[in-house]
Amino acid sequence: MTQTDTQTTPANVDNGVNVEALLGAREALDAAPEAAQFKWRTSCEWVNGTHSRSTVSGFFGLGEEQARSKDFTIESDHPEVFAAEDHAATPVEIVLSGLASCLTAGVAAVAQHRGIQLHSVKATLEGDMDLQGILGIDDDVRNGFGNIRVNFTVDADASEDEIKALVAQSQKRSAVFDIVTNPTNVFVTVN
Amino acid sequence: MKTTTTVIIGAGQAGLAFSKRLADRSIDHVLIERGEVANSWRTERWDSLRLLTPNWESRLPGYAYDGDDPDGYMDMAEVVQFMQGYADTTGAPVQTNTTVKSVHPADVGYVVATDHGEWHCPTVVLATGACNIATVPKVAADLPSAIKSITPMQYRNPQQLQDGGVMVVGASATGVQLAREIQRSGRQVTLSVGEHVRLPRLYRGRDIKWWMDVTGLMNMSYTEVDDIKRARGLPSLQLVGTPERSTLDLNALREDGVRIVGRLAGLHDGKAQFSGALGNLCALADLKMNRLLDSIDNWATANGIDGEVEPARRFAATQLDPEPTLGLDLTTAGIKTVLWATGYRPDYSWLNVPVLDRKGRIRHDGGVVDAPGMYVMGLPFLRRRKSSFIDGVGDDARDLVNHLCSRLHRQAA
Repeated sequence: MTQTDTQTTPANVDNGVNVEALLGAREALDAAPEAAQFKWRTSCEWVNGTHSRSTVSGFFGLGEEQARSKDFTIESDHPEVFAAEDHAATPVEIVLSGLASCLTAGVAAVAQHRGIQLHSVKATLEGDMDLQGILGIDDDVRNGFGNIRVNFTVDADASEDEIKALVAQSQKRSAVFDIVTNPTNVFVTVN
Repeated sequence: MKTTTTVIIGAGQAGLAFSKRLADRSIDHVLIERGEVANSWRTERWDSLRLLTPNWESRLPGYAYDGDDPDGYMDMAEVVQFMQGYADTTGAPVQTNTTVKSVHPADVGYVVATDHGEWHCPTVVLATGACNIATVPKVAADLPSAIKSITPMQYRNPQQLQDGGVMVVGASATGVQLAREIQRSGRQVTLSVGEHVRLPRLYRGRDIKWWMDVTGLMNMSYTEVDDIKRARGLPSLQLVGTPERSTLDLNALREDGVRIVGRLAGLHDGKAQFSGALGNLCALADLKMNRLLDSIDNWATANGIDGEVEPARRFAATQLDPEPTLGLDLTTAGIKTVLWATGYRPDYSWLNVPVLDRKGRIRHDGGVVDAPGMYVMGLPFLRRRKSSFIDGVGDDARDLVNHLCSRLHRQAA
C-alpha cells in the first residue's frame, strides 16, 4: 500500500487543489500559531481623475517576508456616467470580484477535500447601491452595498444538497465573505 | 495526609459512574464533592430546565430510570433524585461539602489539597464537568452601563429580569430555551444567532435521541470522526425537553415573535452590529439536519422498520426576514438586559499540573490526560459522541478504569 492510498481524497478527483498540502499546513499552523499570522498588502497610486493603479507584491507570513515571482497590478476607474473615463472596473466591482474569487476558490478546495469532481463553477454577483449615500444627498443612506446577491451554477459529480453544502461551507471559511459581512476596524493615517 | 488509590473530583454522573466501575474492580477511592451529589444540577440551573434527553436514556452502570414515563424529560428535582439514588445504591464514597483547592504533582502521583485536608493518590480523575463557567465574549465589555448583563449561570426565571426587551446572544440549547421562556414572559426577545445545530424533537414519531441512539451515532468513537477537534467544539443541540415534546428551532421562536438576528459582531456607542452571514449559518444547519434525517431514513429502510414508524418527511427551511437586521441601537430598541448564552467552559484554576493547551483546554487522548495517572471525564466527545450525556459516562468510565487498572498493574509488576 502506498501512502496515497490512505489519503481522504479519491485519486480520480482532480480540481487542481492540493488538499494534502492545505491539510498539512493546517496541522503545522495549529502547532505554531505565530506562523499563522499573515499580513496582506497593496499599494495604490493615483493616475488621473478617478483612475488609479494598485500594485500587489510581497506579503508577510510563516514568520517572514514572502516574495512573489512577479508584481500584479489592478487598475480601477469609474464609468462614463460618473463623468470618468472608464479605464477599468470600479472599486466596488473589484470588491465583488474579490468575494466571487474567494468563494469560488473555496468551492474548489472543499470539493477536492470531499472527493467531489467539479466540471464547471460560475458565480454571478450583484450588489445594490443607493448613490444618495456616496453623493451626500441623504445621510441615512449608507455608502456601501445594501444587499449583495451571489448566485452559483455548479456542474459537479454530486447531488443538489451536496453542491449546496459545498457553497455553504465555502462561505463559512471565506475571508472576503467574513470581511463584507462583519465590521472591521480600519485605521487610516497620513504622512 | 490521607492516601487512596484514586481521587475522583466531582460527584456528578461522570464521577459516580467512574466510582462504580472502580468499586466493581475493588479499587479503593474517594469522591470529593464541593457541595452535595449532583451539585451543578442542584445549584447552577434555571428553574424550568429539563434534561434534553428522554428518561429512558438516563442509564448509568447498574442503574437506570424505571419510572412510568420513559419518553418524558426529567426536571432538575428529578435529576437530583435520580443521581442521589445512584450514589446511595452504589454506596459511592462521597466526601461532600469539600472543595478542592489544588491538585499538584507529588514525587509519585498527585496531592489533592482540599479545605478538609489533603489526599495523596497515584491516580486522579477530573470529573468536574464541562460547564463550570459561563463564557462571555470580549464584546460584552462595550455594553452600555445602563443595560444589565447576565449569564445563564445567574439566570433562574424571567421574573428576575427588568421589564423591557432582552437580547439573548447564542442559539444553542441554552439560548433557544431561554429565548422562548423570556419571550413568553412578555419581554420582546432579540436572538443573536451564530453557528447552531438544528434538530426536530420528534422524527417519524420517535424522539430524535432515540434515532441517534439506535443508529449508532451517539456511540461513535472519537477515533472514527474526521475532525475530532471540530466535533468536540460543536455547539449543543437546539433541543428542549417539554411535556409537549415540541421542536424548538428558529422557526418556532420566530412564530413566538422572537426577532432573529445574526451573530453579534460588534458593539459601538451602544449600537450592536450583527453579522450578515446569518443566512448561510441557517443554510448550513438545515443541510446538516437533512443529512442526519437522510441517514436515519436509510437506517430505517435497511433495518426494515419503515412500516413501524411514521413516513419520512422534511421540515421547512429556516425562515428569516428578507433583510435581517444588521445594526440595532440597544437603548432605542428598548433592550434592558443582555443574556450571554455563549457557551460554557470548565474551571481548572485549581489544577496545578501543566496539562492545558494555549486555549485552556485539557490535553487528553480519549480521557487519558497528558500527565501520568490523570484522567478526565464528561467532556464533549471525550471518547464517544455521548460522552457529555448521562448515558455516555458509563462506557467511558469502563474504558478509562481499564486503562487505570493496567497502569496500576504495570507499576506493581
